[in-house]
Amino acid sequence: MRPLAGLGRTAFYYTPLLIIGLAWEAMARTGILPPDLGPSPMQTIAALRLLYTDGDLVMHAGISFWREFAGFASSCVLGTAVGVGMARVDWVRTVFRPIVTFLYPMPKSALIPLLLLWFGIDHMSKIAAVFLGCLLPVVTSAFNGARGVEPQLIWSARSLGTSSTAILWKIVLPAALPDILSGVRIALSVSWLLLVSAELLISRSGLGFLISYTGESGDYSSMFAAILVVVSIGFLADRLFLHVIRWVLRYRDFTG
Amino acid sequence: MSKIEFAGVRKVFQGDTPNPVVAIDNIDLTVRQDEFVSIVGPSGCGKSTLLYLLGGFLDLSGGEIRVDGRAVTEPGPDRGIVFQHFALFPWKTVLGNVEYGLAEQGMGKAERREIAQGYIDMVKLGGFEDTFPNRLSGGMQQRVALARTLACDPDILLMDEPFGALDAQTRHILQEELLEIWSRRKKTVLFVTHDVREAVILAERCVVVTARPGRVKTEIDTSSGKADGAAIEKKAEEIWDVLREELVRT
Ligand SMILES: Nc1ncnc2c1ncn2[C@@H]1O[C@H](COP(=O)(O)OP(=O)(O)OP(=O)(O)O)[C@@H](O)[C@H]1O
Ligand SMILES: [Mg+2]
Repeated sequence: MRPLAGLGRTAFYYTPLLIIGLAWEAMARTGILPPDLGPSPMQTIAALRLLYTDGDLVMHAGISFWREFAGFASSCVLGTAVGVGMARVDWVRTVFRPIVTFLYPMPKSALIPLLLLWFGIDHMSKIAAVFLGCLLPVVTSAFNGARGVEPQLIWSARSLGTSSTAILWKIVLPAALPDILSGVRIALSVSWLLLVSAELLISRSGLGFLISYTGESGDYSSMFAAILVVVSIGFLADRLFLHVIRWVLRYRDFTG
Repeated sequence: MSKIEFAGVRKVFQGDTPNPVVAIDNIDLTVRQDEFVSIVGPSGCGKSTLLYLLGGFLDLSGGEIRVDGRAVTEPGPDRGIVFQHFALFPWKTVLGNVEYGLAEQGMGKAERREIAQGYIDMVKLGGFEDTFPNRLSGGMQQRVALARTLACDPDILLMDEPFGALDAQTRHILQEELLEIWSRRKKTVLFVTHDVREAVILAERCVVVTARPGRVKTEIDTSSGKADGAAIEKKAEEIWDVLREELVRT
């Protein structure tokens, strides 16, 4: 019964979205909305089906996924290492702190033209954009998490035989994991935004390219369909990641 | 031969404040093998600091601490510690916590599981092996911490107000369990407490530390007089009289 009830609650939660979609469709059909405002929801879905069957959507989504994954994964690994290192090792902090402080307030999208210049218009510039977009949220959350680790946890482990280096991954990393994961969640949404922006700007492939290409060729139904896919992927990725976090941190919930 | 020697031990915290804090100054103390020593003193007099120095968690500012004649330089599994607030690894289950130290010593899975199970049963937590610490009461968490420390079979047990966060009943039960454990398997114990009755009930000797900067004020023999309530009260009163002088100084 419980999963069904959960499904019912979820459906109820998103009902307003459904109503907006239906109202939009109704207004488009009755002509209240002028057609030049863009395709109706049903037209968009028809275009989506077409994009899917002719393989374009799958190809561009696959390319975007690969870029996102490569940048995101490498950034999470490196960002965690730098953040934890900054918190626990003096020289790492001395080296990286000014860099982080300087880069923190910068709008990362301003870097996209530079990345295009350095890495060309193909995969590498996009991966670099994702990488840089993820890096700071991960570094700062790992830094804060690792700094907040209770000394007594470390001392307990030390007196149980853990060496001072092994403390980093056996105690500091797991203890900082809740913070790290919330930083990673932010990184996930920021980097998706950056990736699509970079692809929109200059690219030959990817979902952002699909949006700009279909838009420029006047195929607004397909453009809307591509936008819908981008939004849905961002949304689903966040939901999925939330569930991963809950599972990884399941030791924290009280009622079980 | 003495098991632990504090010789002229001094600890100054530089900290962020302009004037450094002299936590303890010139502590001399000797503890025999298998002796159970309690430490009492006003709040902030450096009792925890003393244990942390012996644990090797903090650097000395002066003097020397020797265990078996060798100077302490870093933490080691010969000195186990139990903190007031347990300091369990929240991401590990009860079993995971208790067998952590054994795994760190490179013991194989089957063997360490068996040993850990023995200690879990000893602290009466059978059935909770796969539970995470968050879901246990304070008393149960402190039992896990005790089992985790004992599992490594340290020579020296450092206990920093281990029962201070627990209710009176749980504290009483754990005191009895600790005494039973200690009588079965002798260890050298340094036990910090605010509760002078607890000091009398558990320890053979009570060290009273002065207000900050902490020094040893007096040592009181508490090896006898545990038979009846009246004797315990009398001994506790004796410690109180010494302690009161220091409390008014803070
Ligand atoms: N990391 C630190 N940095 C600066 N000062 C510290 C630090 N740790 C302890 N102190 C200071 O050293 C003194 C002794 O602290 P300690 O915790 O050893 O006292 P205590 O006797 O255990 O007190 P309590 O009974 O309240 O636990 C205190 O004045 C405290 O403020
Ligand atoms: Mg203390």
